[in-house]
Amino acid sequence: MKIYIRSSSCISPQKTFGDVDFLSDIVEYTGTRLSAIEPGYKEFIDPKLIRRMSHIVKMGVAAAKDCLNQSNTEMPGAIITGTALGCLEDTVTFLTRMVEQQEELLPPTAFIQSTHNTVAAQIALMLKCHGYNNTFVHKGISFESALFDAIMLLKEQEADDILVGGTEELVDASFAVLTRLGLYKRRPVSNLELFPAASKGTIGGEGAVFFLLTDKVSASNLAELAAIKTHYKPKDIEAEIIAFLRDNSLNIDDIDLVITGKNGDTKNDEVYRQAGLSLFKNTALANYKHLCGEYPTSSSFALWLAVNILTKGVVPRVVIEKNTKSTAPEKILIYNHYQNKYHSFMLVCAT
Amino acid sequence: MHCAATPMNITDIKNMSSSVYVAGAGVISAIGNNAAEHLSAFEREEAGMGEITMLHTRHHNEIPVAEVKLTNRELAAMTGLPREASRTALLSLAAAKEALADAAIPGFDSLRTGFVSANSVGGMDKSEDFFVDFLANNNKGKLRNIFDHECGSKTEIVADHLGISDYMTTISTACSSSANAIFYGARLIKNDVLDVVIAGGTDSLTRFTLNGFNTLMILDKQFCRPFDEHREGLNLGEGAAYLVLVSDKVAKTLSRAPFCRLSGYNNSNDAYHQTASSPEGTGSYLAMRGALEKSGLTPADIDYINLHGTGTSNNDSAEGTAIKRIFHPEYPPMSSTKSYTGHTLGASGGIEAVFSVLAIKHRVIYPNLRFKTPMTELGLAPETRFLKDQDIDNVMSNSFGFGGNCTSLIFSRS
Repeated sequence: MKIYIRSSSCISPQKTFGDVDFLSDIVEYTGTRLSAIEPGYKEFIDPKLIRRMSHIVKMGVAAAKDCLNQSNTEMPGAIITGTALGCLEDTVTFLTRMVEQQEELLPPTAFIQSTHNTVAAQIALMLKCHGYNNTFVHKGISFESALFDAIMLLKEQEADDILVGGTEELVDASFAVLTRLGLYKRRPVSNLELFPAASKGTIGGEGAVFFLLTDKVSASNLAELAAIKTHYKPKDIEAEIIAFLRDNSLNIDDIDLVITGKNGDTKNDEVYRQAGLSLFKNTALANYKHLCGEYPTSSSFALWLAVNILTKGVVPRVVIEKNTKSTAPEKILIYNHYQNKYHSFMLVCAT
Repeated sequence: MHCAATPMNITDIKNMSSSVYVAGAGVISAIGNNAAEHLSAFEREEAGMGEITMLHTRHHNEIPVAEVKLTNRELAAMTGLPREASRTALLSLAAAKEALADAAIPGFDSLRTGFVSANSVGGMDKSEDFFVDFLANNNKGKLRNIFDHECGSKTEIVADHLGISDYMTTISTACSSSANAIFYGARLIKNDVLDVVIAGGTDSLTRFTLNGFNTLMILDKQFCRPFDEHREGLNLGEGAAYLVLVSDKVAKTLSRAPFCRLSGYNNSNDAYHQTASSPEGTGSYLAMRGALEKSGLTPADIDYINLHGTGTSNNDSAEGTAIKRIFHPEYPPMSSTKSYTGHTLGASGGIEAVFSVLAIKHRVIYPNLRFKTPMTELGLAPETRFLKDQDIDNVMSNSFGFGGNCTSLIFSRS
């Protein structure tokens, strides 16, 4: 069985949503925090509901709806989301009121919408979709876990047209805490200078990216999701990449482009630097986190990028680190790691 | 130590293994620190609810909760985790260790193993303390209290202690979280991705959830009365529970017969409201119906239903309506063990799955405490006695949550 991506939709700190050219008009940010560019939500969500929805829910629901629209699909067979931190805006709102009002006379709305499954639930509610509905919340592999669940459902013939998404929102409180924890740079930086200026820390980001998966062959399928694999604290990552490719009857020379999860933090990027000197020495390389920022489900942005590169046949200049091939890529490997604990590979191929 | 690889190649998913067996169980809740203590509490009809003693909240005199009767310090000593660890992780490790020891799987280290856990609020018990100082000044608050806030951190801490690195993930679908973790774990085995999965969930009491449910005005100021006409809400509880799920192949190597099989499961969405259940219980109906279909059983084959039965007006009437639609006119014995443990949220599906498995193993049915009057419109009467020596081959366990997430599991004697 092969798994195909029928459509995708991406809300990110770049102009990636709606009728826009593929990463041609790049938004520059100076600072350490990239915020998603919000679309006009009225087209996708009942205006009465928009007011009550938090940032992550609006982004998630709109990207999900747009993803379905892209493939003229009214009802998905299942809805699966990945988010490491979930609905932070509502969580922080409820916590703040709880502390300030000393646990008295609290309004329930923020609590109700604070659960991690709110995005998947609101999509189901909007579509009246009674099918399988799940939410994975495992740090840097939340999105990969959701994807793998979808793949198993397709293999089991339990559902088709599975809507899978990665969502994350960065709010003031989480940005402050993660800055104190040393994730982000201490000085403002231009996102377009993130890699040349590598130092300690990265830049924070957020977004919502959805995909519709099927096992049915169609001329309108965008790409094949050929393989996905995650590793927890791997000892020899290059050996794992080689094994992953071998399992798919490939070697590194067959890969037209590797998209890495480089994030501008010297320590974080060391593993990519090493691979660049050895395994990826003769491979075309691209990066993406200067566009969307670092966040636990950012690999969903990388998958959106890969799908678009395959369908459009071009690698946008802004993502290129090292280009060795002039032909349109047909096989793309996404290699991302989150804080060097969770490593993931995705193999995406032209159909 | 084998390599830390998750066999997640699509091509790796090959033949669907026919059955997934339950080889071990572990549970901690307000009525006991292990499975044996739970069984004796059930028989003594001793509920775990009481006045709040450990959680620092202004509601401690007004709202009863079902606390695990061990302090963090005691849980730390029991598990080997530092006592500063989140109570959610402490409870999780206590139950997971019991489950793994109970399963006693030969050659565990050489098998492909995974840990799939669920929780609803991660390290909130620590984060909410952090937040008090942080809110006053963003440069204040002990970072060690927020560092492991993520739901996934709890899973990671416990997996590290159990020595599991092949695969781990975390599910969060509110009150159905750990039921989803269990059947996701089973599917990893069925798809030949793993040989053994420890699956279930954990949640500790927090001010965040206590106040959250309090704002919804669904907390009973007395001990909860699931499925009773005069029910007035739920009692919150805490705990953790895990099943050790194994493949056909591993089941054959066990020194004692597995407890049972996970024969059916289904996840459906009510798609009605963010928190309320539809009056006709559409999601619950679809979940129960789907689980029956998956197991190849008919309603008449079910020997006991472990109800979701929170004690809220809305849940119990929706669940009851869905049960009526499926089982009328012949109802199997049913009970809500939340009348003992309170509603343990993200842990409840795991805790009640363990109870279901123990019901098959020990041939018992648990009482639904404090039940007096059937719901007028439904007339359903849960079992109120502790019954021994029952013919129990198939047990259904229901877990329904916020966001319309409804899951039913069916365990069958193997």
